[in-house]
Amino acid sequence: MAAFLNTGLGIFIIVALQCMLVIGFVMVSLLFLVYGDRKIWAAVQMRRGPNVVGAFGLLQTVADALKYIVKEIVVPAGADKTVFMLAPLTSFVLAIIAWAVIPFNDTWVLADLNVAILYVFAISSLEVYGVIMGGWASNSKYPFLGSLRSAAQMISYEVSIGLIIIGVIISTGSLNFGDIVRAQDGNLGLLNWYWLPHLPMVFLFFISALAETNRPPFDLPEAESELVAGYQVEYSSTPFLLFMAGEYIAIFLMCALITLLFFGGWLSPFPFLPDGALWMVAKMAVFFFMFAMVKAIVPRFRYDQLMRLGWKVFLPMSLAWVVIVAFLAKFEVLGAFWARYTLGA
Amino acid sequence: MSAADITFYCFAVVVVTAGLFVVVSRNPVHSVLWLILAFFTSAGMFVLLGAEFVAMLLVIVYVGAVAVLFLFVVMMLDVDFAELKAEMAQYVPVASVIGLVLLMQLGMVFGTWTFADDAMAMRGAVAPPPGEVHNTAALGLLVYDKYFPLFQIAGLILLVAMVGAIVLTLRHRTDIKRQDILAQIYRDPAKAMELKDVKPGQGL
Repeated sequence: MAAFLNTGLGIFIIVALQCMLVIGFVMVSLLFLVYGDRKIWAAVQMRRGPNVVGAFGLLQTVADALKYIVKEIVVPAGADKTVFMLAPLTSFVLAIIAWAVIPFNDTWVLADLNVAILYVFAISSLEVYGVIMGGWASNSKYPFLGSLRSAAQMISYEVSIGLIIIGVIISTGSLNFGDIVRAQDGNLGLLNWYWLPHLPMVFLFFISALAETNRPPFDLPEAESELVAGYQVEYSSTPFLLFMAGEYIAIFLMCALITLLFFGGWLSPFPFLPDGALWMVAKMAVFFFMFAMVKAIVPRFRYDQLMRLGWKVFLPMSLAWVVIVAFLAKFEVLGAFWARYTLGA
Repeated sequence: MSAADITFYCFAVVVVTAGLFVVVSRNPVHSVLWLILAFFTSAGMFVLLGAEFVAMLLVIVYVGAVAVLFLFVVMMLDVDFAELKAEMAQYVPVASVIGLVLLMQLGMVFGTWTFADDAMAMRGAVAPPPGEVHNTAALGLLVYDKYFPLFQIAGLILLVAMVGAIVLTLRHRTDIKRQDILAQIYRDPAKAMELKDVKPGQGL
């Protein structure tokens, strides 16, 4: 058995099983994230939320998914059929493949790339294509307006996300997620994590993540009061399900990113407790809760406010922070508070 | 053939096919989508070469930003392509002559190109030895350390080009109403609203 596992086929099977494990984790969390999102939203508005299918309505998402799958796919007249079908696939597949480099524990990672963070950034910058292609291929006004908005919005906030990530990279001296998390390890527990040295950027990153994933209050691409549902108007059945799933997976990925970059990934917040994957999942769940709360309590931005915030507030702030961190790390202000890299290693 | 060879040929075929479809596709949006596929596959080839940093930059910059703007512009174009094609037909003879000349020149260069004996050694000498540093770090050492002034000058030239483009396209029109963001932000209910006590049945 051990000999077989070292052959090409054996390694292939192991890697395939590991991939299935990660996809399985993401899909199962997706079921409960959608449920949790709706429950939190309902609780804020003093409603009950889903409560009929299964105990406490836990199986509502399963029922919804089944309903989407068995419905008929409607392709609008004059739509570009290939691109129309390609768009939801792109959106879903891109959201899934970014998980390949997310570590859940020390060495628990599918692909330990040394440019992992750039990989995630590249993949999340591609996610705009699902939206643009969907909006254009629908051959309809509202979806097209939605997709144009989304293209501008996602490009704008990507810039500030990229600059914030650069600050963390300067502190760590590595583009690998494992190294970034290990650089946050120390005997002070949660005070060693990057949220403290990079404090202002945590808020900027969280807000940019909201905009990047088209979550409320930045859900202008699908603003229902102006654009019906934006790029999703013409989609029904499974393609719509794929869009929806892709969106939630991208949000969950952003939760994972915040956890890894600023909140110590799998590290335990208290020195006397052991580290482990459970911490990682728990932190991701906490950030998802915050995403859901923002959706429930913040009203939607106007489009010009959104652009102004991205280019005139976030971009200068994150750019300045890159320069500041570079100086703080170079001159080792407060010892190794910002400079966690070991020179020459 | 090793797995890397097979992967290379897969990528190569896809790049060439995508490039071909960029040119022949009738719909300009499809052209841009094929172009994106070509960029993406080229990034895959960079990964095969072991240049993962360049590969990721290619995806982030070209696919993630430049191609999005292309798509943005092309989608909003409203051009009758049948008309454009008919107009193009009259330039075909001239275009094919130019193409032929360029092809001949390329062919001649290809036939007579020789490498200097120590070209490879000189090229290898500037880079830090592979195997000691990641290629991200190696690139950083070259660009920000060894060739720092050249890199900064290149950046400055790009900045000038950018400022030039903005100056050329920026128009300050005086005949339109402009939004004053600060005034909007500093507006408060006391200044914007007037509360009136309306008596029943009378109105204002």
